[in-house]
Amino acid sequence: MSSPLLEKIITESGQPVNLCYQCRKCSAGCPMVDEFDFPPNMVMRMIQLGLEGELLRSRAIWMCVSCETCGTRCPNQIRIAPVMDVLRAECLKQGIEPADPTTVALHTSFIESIRQFGRVHEATMLLKYKFKSKKFTDDLDVGLKLFLKGKIPIMPKKSRNLSKIKEIFTKAGF
Amino acid sequence: MDKKCDKKLGVFVCWCGSNIAGSVDVDKAVEEAGKLDGVVHAENYMYMCSDPGQQKVKDTIVEKGLDGVVVACCSPRMHENTFRKAAGSVGLNSYLLEIANIREHCSWVHQNNKPVATAKAVNIIKATLDKVKENLPLETLTIELTKRVCVVGGGIAGIMSALDLADAGYEVVIVEKEPVIGGHTAQVSSSFPYFQNISKLLGEKVKAVLEHPNIKVYVNSEVEVLDGYVGNFNVTIKTRPAFVDSAKCTSCGECLAACPVSLPDEFNRGLSRRGAIFIYNASAEARIPVLRQEDCRHFADFEQSQEEKCRACVQSCSENAIDLGALPGRSEEFVGAIVMATGYDLYSPANLPEYGGGTIPDVVDALAFERMLDPNGPTGGKVLCHSDGRIPKSVMFIQCAGSRDPERHKAYCSRACCMYTAKQARLYKRQVEDGTAFISYMDIRSDSRDFEEFVQVGMEQENLVYIRGRVAKVFEENGRLKVFTADTLTGRQITMDADLVVLAMAMEPKAGVRELAKKMNVTIDGDAFLSETHIKLYPVESSTKGVYLAGCGQAPKDITDTVSQALATAGKIQTMFSNETLIADPLIAEVKDDVCSGCGVCIEICPYGARVMNDFVRISEVNQAVCQGCGACIAACPNKACELINSTSRQFLRVIGDFTSKVKAVV
Amino acid sequence: MTAKIFSYYPGCTSHSTAIEYIEASLAVIEALGIELRELPDWCCCGAASAHNLSSSLALGLSSYNVAEAQKEGRDLVIPCAGCYGNLAQADYAMRHDAEVRRRLESEFEFSFKDEIRMLSLVDLLAAEELRGEIKALVKKPLDGLKVVCYYGCAIVRPGAVTGVDDCENPRRIDSLVADLGAEVIDWSCKVDCCGGDLGLTDAEKTAELVGRIVDYAEAAGADCLVTSCALCQANVDIRQSRMPILYFTELMAEAFEIGDRARWWKKHFNDPGKLF
Repeated sequence: MSSPLLEKIITESGQPVNLCYQCRKCSAGCPMVDEFDFPPNMVMRMIQLGLEGELLRSRAIWMCVSCETCGTRCPNQIRIAPVMDVLRAECLKQGIEPADPTTVALHTSFIESIRQFGRVHEATMLLKYKFKSKKFTDDLDVGLKLFLKGKIPIMPKKSRNLSKIKEIFTKAGF
Repeated sequence: MDKKCDKKLGVFVCWCGSNIAGSVDVDKAVEEAGKLDGVVHAENYMYMCSDPGQQKVKDTIVEKGLDGVVVACCSPRMHENTFRKAAGSVGLNSYLLEIANIREHCSWVHQNNKPVATAKAVNIIKATLDKVKENLPLETLTIELTKRVCVVGGGIAGIMSALDLADAGYEVVIVEKEPVIGGHTAQVSSSFPYFQNISKLLGEKVKAVLEHPNIKVYVNSEVEVLDGYVGNFNVTIKTRPAFVDSAKCTSCGECLAACPVSLPDEFNRGLSRRGAIFIYNASAEARIPVLRQEDCRHFADFEQSQEEKCRACVQSCSENAIDLGALPGRSEEFVGAIVMATGYDLYSPANLPEYGGGTIPDVVDALAFERMLDPNGPTGGKVLCHSDGRIPKSVMFIQCAGSRDPERHKAYCSRACCMYTAKQARLYKRQVEDGTAFISYMDIRSDSRDFEEFVQVGMEQENLVYIRGRVAKVFEENGRLKVFTADTLTGRQITMDADLVVLAMAMEPKAGVRELAKKMNVTIDGDAFLSETHIKLYPVESSTKGVYLAGCGQAPKDITDTVSQALATAGKIQTMFSNETLIADPLIAEVKDDVCSGCGVCIEICPYGARVMNDFVRISEVNQAVCQGCGACIAACPNKACELINSTSRQFLRVIGDFTSKVKAVV
Repeated sequence: MTAKIFSYYPGCTSHSTAIEYIEASLAVIEALGIELRELPDWCCCGAASAHNLSSSLALGLSSYNVAEAQKEGRDLVIPCAGCYGNLAQADYAMRHDAEVRRRLESEFEFSFKDEIRMLSLVDLLAAEELRGEIKALVKKPLDGLKVVCYYGCAIVRPGAVTGVDDCENPRRIDSLVADLGAEVIDWSCKVDCCGGDLGLTDAEKTAELVGRIVDYAEAAGADCLVTSCALCQANVDIRQSRMPILYFTELMAEAFEIGDRARWWKKHFNDPGKLF
């Protein structure tokens, strides 16, 4: 595989994507496959073929929940979850509009919370997510119940060494 | 039965264990056979082919003075020779013994019906006895043998075959169409599966041929006429005019520069250009230019006077080595055997216009790619786009280009392409590390030692991208090549970008092989590949005795298989040459001089060229050394002027009569 | 377990969504005479969000915690399955990739020693050595309670990282729960995915995945599911209303008759109280 993206995938994910021979065991066991526009085996093939644009615009890369079922069963020991991580990062890096902005909104809100406190503060994180995803009404009942059950604390807890946390973010390019 | 037989005949019925005795009542068969006309002895035995069984036959022949024997057993293909030898050893002419096949033709096919099987066995024995009654005692024929060989084609097959024969002490003549020997192998950069420098290895073999005292090489030559038969061929060789005198030429190259003609160079597959006078293979040792008459202006300008005609090369030559008035040569060689090592051509990419073959400069065939990989080749060993000389960052190799396409091109698999494509792609990746090699394939056929491993390393370690599916179209768009193809593994249509497309074109028999095969009396198949006698058991023998096959002229194959076949051919010929004379079966056609009208139908029909007209007496004769006893002429003759010895029409009618008269149940 | 003192990484949900899990776990651990010492400092492991956006951010956050644990020099107990997965992967990367290790050692100013391990709570409590003690602590055997054990993803996969007994059919929670007297039923969805962080973005899909898991649990005849993963518990509990899902340490506390169980049950969406 010689396109820049594909070499990047093999080096960064450490996964031998070139070995995939299309047995489709990954797709057969994937819990999310119905939500994918390209099943995991196809994603492997698209990487081999260098179909970069299509891949980075795909919904598949955002729908993978990293359950690692496929990677556990792959006869060529390709873990697809880390491959998906590299693809997602590349999508964002190239400024491509993610096919599932909601997921990105959640993850961005989540890591912003970590950057701020060193830990996640659910209340502010969820609020931020609602603003970003504009899904204000979804799961309001669930949120309220959680709050009433004492599962969403109002005050955030913080890590001690926040400057080190910020440094980790900076080093990762955030 | 018209008259009482005066011959003493013996019948020996074999049980073949239970193979025959299980379905045929062998005692009943002996009892019935004993009653038949002329039979003085009938017996059965468990294994007649065993030593004691054969001894029974021999003893009885002597004791009872038999003058005809029928052994009722398995197919004559198994033991006819065994029993004939046994009979011959006790003084009965071998041709008076016949086999009645009651196993393949009877017991095996009637396993559940003993009465019918037994009756049929008796009938077969009876019919065979009737044939034996009219058999003539015969002697084998002796044919003179010239222990010299003519090898047609100086590629790797011809070279390897010639060297083995010459080393065995036989004189060999090689007839090569091109100016140098070496064939397509000389165009190949390195071999699979070990990346060996094949042109260097070939160079050593070429040198050995040229220096061998037993080998004579005719270059720029072709077989014009072939006369004779096995052991006694007369080959007429026509050699193109030697316009350049190799004794005078200093290889200075002035003539090459002077020639006004510019044509694509065939040896470099069009990657470079040449004049009408040129050096065929720049890497070959012989660097004497060759002038190709059909390309030369001097010979083309019919209208011009002698003074006006182009003589640029002659004028440039300071050594006066070029003589445009040279004439073709003609030589005759007497040989006992011929090796047809005529080789292949690549099917022209122009046959695949949908791939841009012949129109897009960056769509090249596999041999052109080999020329790029050759350090002494037109690009100095660099893979480059032919159009503008840039380094291709992605190369699409298309396998089965013209092969495995029964409707439009060639139905067959060209066998070598899967492997040489893997090799080419791997060599490309070694040269252009950041390049991508795509390989379009239908199946990967890597079925020899270390072949599969070779492909696997390419896929797994060198990142060749194999795409299963057939390319639909290659076209140019904004200066790049676009390839429409399918990826059947995922069932998607895909469009790939490529800088260079390499077509693994089908191998086809060398142009002109049809005419040559006709001259040589060798049969060819529908694709014009030379046919062997039997794919399993006689793989290097052609349909004409004494003419052998080697290399891609017989079928597409790689260098490994070509050399194996070439050496097999040399071995076969040495076996033949190990005798002082040749022995031929006397069971051949015979002409009744008084009936033959000299119409010549038999000459037309004979597949072996064994029938020849004696123009003096206007009678068609049989060349005993060539006739195979097939019977085609007998069927064709309108006057019933020929007969097959010991299988005469009379004998056949009697046998048929035995089978068509009402079969009597004997049990 | 030779050392009875362990380092402890609570994780963000210890104060929020998994609060009952932590309370139950701490109660059980205390009952077993094990001491947990919270890391002097720790940060969020990054959960799914960090690696979804940047592998290097994920590795950085998790490694910060591994580095803190290395400095303490004791095996690190990580109750949250997600946190465990992330930290174990970082630990694995440092163990197997010398270059990654050197880079992180200099970034977090520590030296990686092959002496301490990352332990999930199942690693800690389902250890063979504790079986006797656990059985001894059972005051009220959970006779008649039909349980299916639900392992999910994070403490199972990738097998090389988690060291799980069997990727497709893990059995350690099963035998632990059986020791409590409950009837453990074999079933087909032990290691199926609940949808993970999709629970926050796609309620419908999560409900579909969870629904299937609960279908199988019902078909197996289970009264409840038992898990060790906070995200599994949340997704399964919130996205269906057919059966309770408990943390395995809650079940232990029930059998040991320790802790404020009534309060924990209230934190569930499907009340487990009715089971006992």
